[in-house]
Amino acid sequence: MTKKLNRRDFIKNTTANTVGVASIASGISLTTFAASENPVSNKKRWGMLIDTNKLSEANIEDMVNACQEEHGWGNEKYSTGEQKPDWIKKVKVKDKATGKIDSLPLMCQHCEQPPCVDVCPTNASVKREDGIVLVDKHLCIGCRYCMMACPYDSRSFVHENLSNQKADTPRGKGTVEACTMCVHRVDKGEVPACVEAVGGDGVIFGDLYDANSKINKTLKKIQSTQIRADLNLNTGVRYSGI
Amino acid sequence: MNIRYQQIAGTSWGFIALIAGLFAVILAALGSVYFMEHHGHYVTGMSNRVVWGVPHVLALFLIVAASGALNVASIASVFDKKIYKPLARLSGLVALSLLAGGLMILVLDLGRPDRLIVAMTEYNFKSIFAWNIILYNGFFVIVAVYLWMMFERRMNKFTSKAGLAAFAWRLILTTGTGSIFGFLVARQAYDAVIMAPMFIIMSFSFGLAFFILILMASYKWSERELGDVIVNRLGNLFGVFIAAVMYFVIIKHLGSLYLAENSAVENFILFGDHIYTPLFWIVQMIIGGLLPLALIYLPAFRGNRSALGLASVLVIIGGIAQLYVIIIGGQAHPLELFPGKEIIEGYDSIATYSPSLPEIILGAGGIAVALIATTLLLKFLPFLPESLADSVADPHHKK
Repeated sequence: MTKKLNRRDFIKNTTANTVGVASIASGISLTTFAASENPVSNKKRWGMLIDTNKLSEANIEDMVNACQEEHGWGNEKYSTGEQKPDWIKKVKVKDKATGKIDSLPLMCQHCEQPPCVDVCPTNASVKREDGIVLVDKHLCIGCRYCMMACPYDSRSFVHENLSNQKADTPRGKGTVEACTMCVHRVDKGEVPACVEAVGGDGVIFGDLYDANSKINKTLKKIQSTQIRADLNLNTGVRYSGI
Repeated sequence: MNIRYQQIAGTSWGFIALIAGLFAVILAALGSVYFMEHHGHYVTGMSNRVVWGVPHVLALFLIVAASGALNVASIASVFDKKIYKPLARLSGLVALSLLAGGLMILVLDLGRPDRLIVAMTEYNFKSIFAWNIILYNGFFVIVAVYLWMMFERRMNKFTSKAGLAAFAWRLILTTGTGSIFGFLVARQAYDAVIMAPMFIIMSFSFGLAFFILILMASYKWSERELGDVIVNRLGNLFGVFIAAVMYFVIIKHLGSLYLAENSAVENFILFGDHIYTPLFWIVQMIIGGLLPLALIYLPAFRGNRSALGLASVLVIIGGIAQLYVIIIGGQAHPLELFPGKEIIEGYDSIATYSPSLPEIILGAGGIAVALIATTLLLKFLPFLPESLADSVADPHHKK
């Protein structure tokens, strides 16, 4: 064969093959997933801007509920208190000097330099080219070192057997999980469930690198911050108002 | 000096009872593992906040002690102190056994212990855990080779080279264990480079505590002679190690107190009103530090083997408390999520943890594995000199 297989051809062929496989075994959603027409690339960096001034406490609760509904966590029967998964939580903070109170949603911050990915012994914690940080549930051995390393308390360990899981969110007893930035929706061109639940400008989702995106334009205009910016992790989730 | 090594008989009722007792603990530990893995970790005291509980405390305690137990052999072959040479084989054996026990706990407490093969085949070289997997496996190989050099007469000439390799490896290994914590930037309780050297000096002390107990017990129970020269030497060395651990602990906390960002976690550990504060002051510092020093150095106890044995037991208890305070206390203290702000809802300030029975039994199982491996190998291979009477250990010693 003289012609070298380049990436585009590879994707085209894979797509054709995958469509074939998928039409035979249409029940296997994993194979159709691989046939996405927009391959993941580092030309994008998905992010979120959360404006706490525009979010009511009810908005934040809606975000938590939407996440639970989308991914199916929170119905664990036996796990108690801190054992329950907590992909996104409502946190209320008070400034020590002024007493100003803010409420905000806290979840995986999708760092550019994620400590969880650094410490994972088996490469189960991964950062996609487009900045979304995920756990490969097939490689995770449940050592929980990533939970020790995460500065945001954003990862959960599944403490019990699960049933009735959502098709797009495979989970498993004995493995670690966290916010996926609704990667299954993002790959289809949709926005994460929590963003959809709020509507309006309270939470803006988009490509941080794209100069025409709303998130990029807004971040250029307003004052924003990263949680624990001192750690220099360059988070994908940004906040304004706190 | 010609030392003759001999297996222990291992036929007495005492020996059989010891093996049976340890075996029962191991069976109970395996039962606990089945219980935890079948139901999931909700049956343990662990949570998303305290993700490493008592199993990790005991596993890391044994792993740290393992590398330290090798010291006696290192002093003999690296620093060429002849008096320690007869003890080198036992030192290697205790090191391997303790490591095996510690690793067993660590692996069986994973969320998915059935995926051990993944841990052995998928490496992220940025991960200190992944380095540790290589360091632990390498330790087994290097110490096994080292023992072979000592056992096989034709290979004796390579003993000091193998000993040097093992010594270097064990220093790196304990550095790796300490760095598991030392490199966690997000946690105020850990993020300090001093963790690595502190773990090394802890290993000297904990490892020697195990070694002294096993040495004295095996000589007493097999009715062999163990002279005062060796015991007193080990006792003196032990005292220096205990004092050195206390020095590092004090320096670590003083250094940490100096930084405003760490004052909350230091106040939490040193002056809090929860279990970690008495564990630190009473169990770690007094019972595991000052009391053993008194038992070793006070003239009234000089040369008293019961006092040295008690000091070793106290150091082990204090060491477990020390790792409990480091590992669990460090997790119980909240992350500094919003510097300058106080979290009033959504993230509990102090996480609670109470160890469950299966976790404790799993930890005890690891200690039992270490002891049963040592005991059985003493029966099957000639690790122990027939006699360590003063005239054998140090012919030039004058009474």
